[in-house]
Amino acid sequence: MQRIMNNPDVIVDEMLKGFLKAHSDIVEATENPRVVKAKDIPEGKVGVITGGGSGHKPAFVGYCGKNLCDAVAVGEICSSPTAAAFLDAAKAVDQGKGVACLYGNYSGDNMNVKMAVKMAKKAGITVKTVVANDDVASAPKDQREKRRGVAGEVLMWKVGGAKAAKGGDLDEVIAAAQKAIDNTRSVGIGLTPCTLPAVGHPNFEIKDGTMEVGIGHHGEPGIEVCELESAEKMAKRMVDVVVPDYPFVEGDEVVVLVSGLGATPVMELYVLYDEVDKLLAEKGIKTHKAYVGNYFTSLEMMGATLTIMKLDDELKELIDMPANGMGLKQF
Amino acid sequence: MSIFKNADGKPVLLKMVKGIQDNKAYLGEVDGLIGDGDHGMNMNKGFSLFEERFKDEEFGFAEGLDELGTILFNEIGGSMGPIYGNILMGMAEAGEDLEEIGVADLAAMLENGLKELQDIVEAQVGDKTLVDTLSPAVDVLKAAGEAGKDYKEALEEMKDAAAKGRDSTKDMVAKFGRSSRLGERSRGVLDAGATSCCIILTAMADGIIELL
Repeated sequence: MQRIMNNPDVIVDEMLKGFLKAHSDIVEATENPRVVKAKDIPEGKVGVITGGGSGHKPAFVGYCGKNLCDAVAVGEICSSPTAAAFLDAAKAVDQGKGVACLYGNYSGDNMNVKMAVKMAKKAGITVKTVVANDDVASAPKDQREKRRGVAGEVLMWKVGGAKAAKGGDLDEVIAAAQKAIDNTRSVGIGLTPCTLPAVGHPNFEIKDGTMEVGIGHHGEPGIEVCELESAEKMAKRMVDVVVPDYPFVEGDEVVVLVSGLGATPVMELYVLYDEVDKLLAEKGIKTHKAYVGNYFTSLEMMGATLTIMKLDDELKELIDMPANGMGLKQF
Repeated sequence: MSIFKNADGKPVLLKMVKGIQDNKAYLGEVDGLIGDGDHGMNMNKGFSLFEERFKDEEFGFAEGLDELGTILFNEIGGSMGPIYGNILMGMAEAGEDLEEIGVADLAAMLENGLKELQDIVEAQVGDKTLVDTLSPAVDVLKAAGEAGKDYKEALEEMKDAAAKGRDSTKDMVAKFGRSSRLGERSRGVLDAGATSCCIILTAMADGIIELL
């Protein structure tokens, strides 16, 4: 294991120290060392929070900032933050207008958020939630509620954060974020596994020369393992999973997000994006905006995710709003 | 003896801590087969934090369970924080007013722990989770309490039930948590939560037997 670290047991805390120093213009610490808060949150708005395990940089703390999430709860690597951290994130940003907690569909996160919502209620804070479930490969369509949240969460935060910044009330923010995720589908392809620093060896295997289609952000198995293919074929495989599931059809305007899983060179993501764009253009699907880069990763896994979101007028306006977080800067 | 004093319970808690510490690597291995391999590490972290903070303090059985549960809940996170947090705090809640704890009392405490757990998770027996260990342990202890069985005998029966429950997860397909994503591929290995739950219950039983 070739890693830059001191002690794997405190790697998350050490990462946060560096993160807060490097991005002190955007974020600040709170009393809870596992809660990061945006600087200069406008007065009187609905709070927007998220949280999740570490190892997915820039998610989740990278989406804390202007017109994005107001606070983020930080967990151990690939492990949900505590209910207390979610609660403290809500407390840190509640201005009496309620808090929207926009997070991903994983059992630990579900439990901790559920308890945080209960505890917040006792403290007089209304927290409503949207659970991202954009990963097509993780369950069949008729069991959409079982699907995981992956890179589509970035678009959910972008939309929810923008809606709150525009002065939307809690129900409007929740409705916009829910619409964003309902209109979004993702799929991932993994080329190599990842290793938890404190474990020291990969906990799943992807053999050299093969790739796993539909892999999750923690190596959860996908739809099939096949031989490593060209970017053109990979793009086709991903488009063929994502497009028919929603389904995205001719005339749709969409946002396309291609995210690396951590160790794939960004150069390759552009090769993949070009192939995806060609396929979408062939289908008459119009790309309004594209994001290509490391937006939601899995430690040092190689591979990429493709996320597509169908726009309507409201989503388009919210996606186009400026934003300033470490992981997403838009002017 | 048919009871132990709640106030004397500190060594029972320390025994539970040791059970987890001694099995840190083993739990990591079990979890690594179908999970992400951090179960031993996370459990050890929480239980050791408790030991560090309370080893020089005086506390009783229910109080210790509450403190341990609170640490797991507030400081560990993941799935295991709220799961064991709820179980232990639920047990503590049902036992906090007791001066003496008999078989039926202990059964009621465990039952309340299971109830608190089922407030946040939907897992039932057969879903390849720690419920497969905890639920039969509660049943056996409850029956022993009603039958007025000898304390030691009741605890030995509970240990057996927990171990059988743990072993039953081997042939199950996971329905909850990360391993549920594996479907059929999750068959053939023990559930890590069911394994740690058995370790904790066994250590608790052994600790209580020493007090009798």
